[in-house]
Amino acid sequence: MRAPPLARRLAACAVLIALFVVLDSAVHVALAQTPFGRPRPAPEPQVGGFVGWLLAKQSEFYREMSATIRAAKSDGSAVWTLLAISFAYGIFHAAGPGHGKAVISSYLVANQETAWRGIVLSFASALMQALVAVVIVAVGAWLLNVTAKTMCGAEKTIEIASYALIALFGARLVWTKGGAFVSALQAERPQPAMAAAHHHHEHSHRHGHDHHHGHDHGHDDHSGHSHGPMPEELAGPGGWRRGLAAILTVGIRPCSGAILVLVFSLAQGLFWAGIAATFVMGLGTAITVATIAVVAVFAKDVARRLSEGRDRGGALVMHGIEFGAAGLVLLFGAGLLFGYIAAERINCL
Amino acid sequence: MRCCAGAGCWTSRKRLEVSIFRSLALLLALLCGATAAEAHPHVWITSASELIYAPDGTLTGVRHAWTFDDMFSTYALQGIETKQKGVYTREELAGLAQTNAESLKEFAYFTFAKADGKREKFDDPIDYFLDYSNGKLTLHFTLPVKTPFKAKQLVIDVFDRSFFIDFQMAANDPVKLVGAPEGCKMQLQRPNDGSASAQTLNEQTFAAGGANANFGMMFANKITVDCP
Repeated sequence: MRAPPLARRLAACAVLIALFVVLDSAVHVALAQTPFGRPRPAPEPQVGGFVGWLLAKQSEFYREMSATIRAAKSDGSAVWTLLAISFAYGIFHAAGPGHGKAVISSYLVANQETAWRGIVLSFASALMQALVAVVIVAVGAWLLNVTAKTMCGAEKTIEIASYALIALFGARLVWTKGGAFVSALQAERPQPAMAAAHHHHEHSHRHGHDHHHGHDHGHDDHSGHSHGPMPEELAGPGGWRRGLAAILTVGIRPCSGAILVLVFSLAQGLFWAGIAATFVMGLGTAITVATIAVVAVFAKDVARRLSEGRDRGGALVMHGIEFGAAGLVLLFGAGLLFGYIAAERINCL
Repeated sequence: MRCCAGAGCWTSRKRLEVSIFRSLALLLALLCGATAAEAHPHVWITSASELIYAPDGTLTGVRHAWTFDDMFSTYALQGIETKQKGVYTREELAGLAQTNAESLKEFAYFTFAKADGKREKFDDPIDYFLDYSNGKLTLHFTLPVKTPFKAKQLVIDVFDRSFFIDFQMAANDPVKLVGAPEGCKMQLQRPNDGSASAQTLNEQTFAAGGANANFGMMFANKITVDCP
């Protein structure tokens, strides 16, 4: 299928930017009421129930880690305990921020991805997170013996870079999915699109033209490969490169907890145990993220099956979902970058 | 071609929309709900605090002694040169203490005071230094209040609203009143007490206009001083 014209993509992006601006001012208004000096939005879950239990478990495992590493100095078998704790911690911890659940799930939904790819992406990005943490501590603390302040400076830089990457990645998704969505929208309801385009002569001309394409598209839909994905959206050869972008985007930011564990084990002369713990933690993280990713893919499948029986309306809904998911990635990245979404803080004190 | 002309068609469309809406809601809940499990502590601080009063009965400042957990202490000590291995003098830790004092400003020193319901502000910390013993760092610092004040009821919360740091008041002598006027009574509510935290949340929520039912607040240590 033809790539949607520039004007449509721009329109889609404009909508997203407008949404962000609205959100931004809304957040500002909300923050203006906070009595604290520097507003930092905090999450507002209930401590009871499942979340509370999750939090309690995480803290429990994490606190046991330092004692276990100490014990491992004299008793080698404690390393197994350390690995078990790390694994459990990783599973629970991934439910927290900064582990790419939202980015990976949204990415999978925005693209026509399979559950299997979701699992691969989750494991690859978690592995990279572990690797980055190990590299930071190995180079910073072990090789160069820099201070915690320097290390946290490096973490900060990486953090900003990772948020910018998420935003960029989201912007790219919005660009592609926005175009497809607007096309589908026009195919579905040509009339309002025409009316909206009356502001500019240039535009109305363009839209008239697009409208025509819209009909073509409609006929295509009826005559065979009906409501499936557009060829360009199928995970083709370029798809894996996109996947790599997702892995990099999510994996570049290490987890604060892993850095602490690594530095602590290094100081105890058991750096290798810390490295092993970090990777096992990553494994646990990957399992949680992959589970969420698979459910996201499944949910989208359900939506698709439900909309498949429909006429073009169904295709429109699917394009809408994909566009929305793409928008979520962008909003997420922008939110993190500008500090509206609280991420796991880095160890700068 | 639209298939929906009759009433039956309309309901099936409705049902479809409901189903799609449901699966979308599931998706959203996944993406957002998962982030609801948000932060959990990576740093544990045990605080022993003193409230300092002037002879005229006004509160002049809060003196904290914050002991970090061993993991974070080790992390913070990374790369600090010492004459004797494993022994850190106050002088050798001076640079780190300054870093701590400076970076804590961003978080308002995790100390929030209210005098009879009115929020009071603190100046930058003075007399700060670090101690090291038994593998743990203790940061000592004094937060002077901007303008010393008298209050019938003083409330001081010590907590991290994003719950990256878990604050616990020390088991022994968690809060001391230094030079407080005759008849002042101190009360401490610890976050572990379930009923107390629920109550704290309610009060704070209403006091702050509902926008601050934030998470860390449930883990706040609430120091209340009632003076005649």
